[in-house]
Amino acid sequence: MAVAESARSRRPSAPVSAAPAAAPGQGIVSVVSAQKRFNARESAAESGKGSEKSFLVVDNVSFEVRRGELVTLLGPSGCGKTTLLRMVAGLLTVDSGTISIEGEKVNGPRRNCCMVFQNFGLLPWRTVMGNVEFALELDGVARKSRREVAAHYIELVGLQRFADHFPHELSGGMQQRVGIARALTRHPSVLLMDEPFGALDAQTREQLQDDFLEVWQRVGITVLFVTHSIDEALVLSDKVLVFSARPARIKCILESPLGTGERGNALRGNPEFTRRGLEIREMLKTEARSHG
Amino acid sequence: MADVAANPAARDAKTRSQSLSVSLQRRPNLIRAAAVILFFVLWEIFGRDMNPLFMTYPSAIAKAAWEVTVSGELLHATLASAVPFLIGLFISIFGGILIGVLIGQFWYFEYTLDPFINALYAIPRIALVPLIMLWAGLETSGKVSILVSIAIFPVIINTYAGIKDVRGSLLEIGRAYCATDTQLFLKIILPAAVPYIMAGIRLCVGLAIIGIVVAEFFTSISGLGGMIIHYSNSFSTAKVFVPIIVIGILGVAMTQAVMSIEKRLSRWRRLERERLG
Repeated sequence: MAVAESARSRRPSAPVSAAPAAAPGQGIVSVVSAQKRFNARESAAESGKGSEKSFLVVDNVSFEVRRGELVTLLGPSGCGKTTLLRMVAGLLTVDSGTISIEGEKVNGPRRNCCMVFQNFGLLPWRTVMGNVEFALELDGVARKSRREVAAHYIELVGLQRFADHFPHELSGGMQQRVGIARALTRHPSVLLMDEPFGALDAQTREQLQDDFLEVWQRVGITVLFVTHSIDEALVLSDKVLVFSARPARIKCILESPLGTGERGNALRGNPEFTRRGLEIREMLKTEARSHG
Repeated sequence: MADVAANPAARDAKTRSQSLSVSLQRRPNLIRAAAVILFFVLWEIFGRDMNPLFMTYPSAIAKAAWEVTVSGELLHATLASAVPFLIGLFISIFGGILIGVLIGQFWYFEYTLDPFINALYAIPRIALVPLIMLWAGLETSGKVSILVSIAIFPVIINTYAGIKDVRGSLLEIGRAYCATDTQLFLKIILPAAVPYIMAGIRLCVGLAIIGIVVAEFFTSISGLGGMIIHYSNSFSTAKVFVPIIVIGILGVAMTQAVMSIEKRLSRWRRLERERLG
């Protein structure tokens, strides 16, 4: 930990004053003034060249996620929150600033943070079992023990009867359960979820939110969750980071939006839920207006 | 409508003929078999009236088939064809996959081999047969070379296309889960390309059959292709048909076998397409 910190302070690009909310060390995920530019032409651009054509996607974002927290990144579609998540995942590099997980700087994909993809990200030629054991297979875990672990998580997400089915024989909701099970098999420190329920219909979505909360409570894992749905953010979160439209900047941070420890779709009738929802909606609306 | 309803006999006749056509439509194999039998009957009847130098008829072919089978000639010729055929098929499939993977995965192989593959593919390979015979001789190596020059291309091209067509989202799964380059290739790129590769192999088998017959026509006259040349030169028309039929049967059997493997290995892709379409 100390090594990582000293390494960070040596970097000239990390301004010391820029992270009021981020006291390094206490968070399992810590993002310090992360910044990212894309070139207008090609999104895979490395920084440096063609600066006049590039535009800012993520602007000076800092936040901390504590162990066991479920934090959502909420913002309008295309605002850059997914880019931010992909940087935390190590799939994209930050142009400036630092992202660290458990005190170690992220400079590529890491085994201790697993991703759940928007379009489920399953391998279509593998069965449910084959998909769930994929991560452990990459880690070189012996067949028998990875089967056991995979079977455990398949049961946890309620798919034990479908272990031999192929992804395209399953509904979208079931496919995403597979995605979640696969991510959990590695016992990651952080679960990264990129609009995981965005491709589902409203009813399946609510069902999966509640089921996921149950799994999350049983596993006790830290979650960073990207969504553009205000309701989803309210239903799930310990903490909601509300982002402005492009470039993504943190507009405000809501701690325990529905009261401490309160979550789930059962709270939808709650007046506090409605009040909070309207509040955020208003905030995002003024945002949209100011951007024309 | 009204007068049909008023005339029950006519209505009956109509529904009966309708139900007959429907029930025939549901039995395509019955109709296929009937068409084939009719064809052979007509051939038998009219074939007898034609000059035996040019045409023959089914029962004469059956008799010829019996003769060459009993004498052991047919079996001998089939085995003589099978050895270069199987060697050539093996080289075409595995060599084709290897070359396809190399040009699909490594840019320097792609750019260096690309012009040669395109040029060879564009030239009708039969035009190269005399040269190949000069270089590789008339025996097994010559036959195998001719066969491979004809049959390897669909495997190369399909393997390459399959590898290039792997969706970025699939690669991202591997990267996000920290797959090494080797794991990425073995667990994502290669399985994703399997449906393409299998389609290439299916085409390869068909071309390999053409290749072996062409090779036997031009090189040492032996095997089933040699039998065709030999008997047509001596105007034994009935005996010419025997190896042709054997080649046809073996060809259909092998293509079917490859197709059934392909069907199993590419099941996920079919399911995926059904779902999207």
